[in-house]
Amino acid sequence: MDPFYTQELIPALNRGIVMSTMLIVPSVIFGLLGGIVVGTARVFGTRPLRVFFNGYTTFFRGVPLMVQLFILYYGLPNLGIYFEAYTAAVVGFILCSSAYHSEYIRGALLSIKAGQMNAASALGMSTSQALLWIIIPQAFRRALPGCGNELIYLIKYSSLAYIVSCIELTGEARAIAAETFRFTEAFTVVACYYLALVTVATYLLHRLEKRLAIPGFGS
Amino acid sequence: MTQTTAPTLAAEHISVTLGGKEILKDVSLDLPQGSLKVLIGPSGAGKSTFLQTLNHLIPHDRGEIRLNGVAVDLSRKKELYRYRQQVGMIFQDFNLFDHLNAVDNVSIALRKVKGMNRRTAEARGRAELERVGLAGKENRYPAELSGGQKQRVAIARALAMDPSVLLLDEPTSALDPELVGEVLAVIRDLTREGLTMMMATHQMDFARALAHEIVFMEDGRIVEQGRPEDLLKAGTTSRTLDFCSRLETIIEQGQD
Repeated sequence: MDPFYTQELIPALNRGIVMSTMLIVPSVIFGLLGGIVVGTARVFGTRPLRVFFNGYTTFFRGVPLMVQLFILYYGLPNLGIYFEAYTAAVVGFILCSSAYHSEYIRGALLSIKAGQMNAASALGMSTSQALLWIIIPQAFRRALPGCGNELIYLIKYSSLAYIVSCIELTGEARAIAAETFRFTEAFTVVACYYLALVTVATYLLHRLEKRLAIPGFGS
Repeated sequence: MTQTTAPTLAAEHISVTLGGKEILKDVSLDLPQGSLKVLIGPSGAGKSTFLQTLNHLIPHDRGEIRLNGVAVDLSRKKELYRYRQQVGMIFQDFNLFDHLNAVDNVSIALRKVKGMNRRTAEARGRAELERVGLAGKENRYPAELSGGQKQRVAIARALAMDPSVLLLDEPTSALDPELVGEVLAVIRDLTREGLTMMMATHQMDFARALAHEIVFMEDGRIVEQGRPEDLLKAGTTSRTLDFCSRLETIIEQGQD
């Protein structure tokens, strides 16, 4: 086989996929948790809380992720806040992902009938207990297909990390391509890497959906 | 029944306005310990609002609600939550928690509200399910139960909290006719055990046989109340009797 692949491209991309995974995994976990908190606050929060998180969602859905990352990495140091490239990227992904998840969660929360909250209250649960044990577990199951969509987006927009000098999969491929001028090969292989990541994620999401499935619920 | 002690639940001069419309107008009602009072009346009379107000699910504008002589200070959330643990509520459309199986539906509040450990709570849950005739259905999810079974799980869930009072808001109205009996049988057993209950219903035969008192509501007010044998005696001119005979006419016409 062409040593270009075995000696240069593949080792670089393997390095890149490790970095990509390190970007994706915390962003997925905290993005989803953040989305649940933001979505719940936007439906059940007090008025100031709702206004705040509606504004948050408007901003992070309305501004291109690349611009958000530039602000985090190049803009905030002007205010004395310094992020490493990796931290800036992860923080940016979490904030953006939470905003999108919150919309799926909000929709799902609104689909839960008021009777569920009434029944929980009638048993002596506080609003937060009812949300935690009754409402959110149901809403999360309804939101999961939508949230899965956002997770798969996140895998792909993690490639933006390289523009704040956090060299992950796309960054490695770009460096090699620029060095060797073999753009087609480099990016074809990198496409396969992303496809593999998304395939694994899709499989895991499917497993999770099956695991959380409840007879007759959400059908 | 002669009462010397304070009634278990007492509502005094309750007024409720929802969306600018006065739904309850100065409603007062006592519920003595061990009694079953049945609320009847046309739809829109305020029966459902009244029951939900008694559980503080709907806030009232004026009046006072006392449980065993004590009114809840609604500014103290903890007091409100404790009050609701003592006042069980059964809804027309069951409101079982759709993501939990029968035994978890009954035991979740024991664990999260009363702080019981899982094993004790589940044992209690199974015992309550058995009490309403649902032994063996512990692991069924709501979607796998019939309407009558769902309502019985809901009753078991309320009973598990050891309430002083049970409020039932048309518990059989959403059921197919052949399933009504199994739910009424459970409620009948509870009256025999001496549980204090207030129930809105259109099941007049049940009310006639078991209610200690019938309360007739119309247009947000209590119009009449008294023992079923007095209100439903043939030949009296009570509003209750008038309403019931109209109800029966409708049912008979419906069966043609």
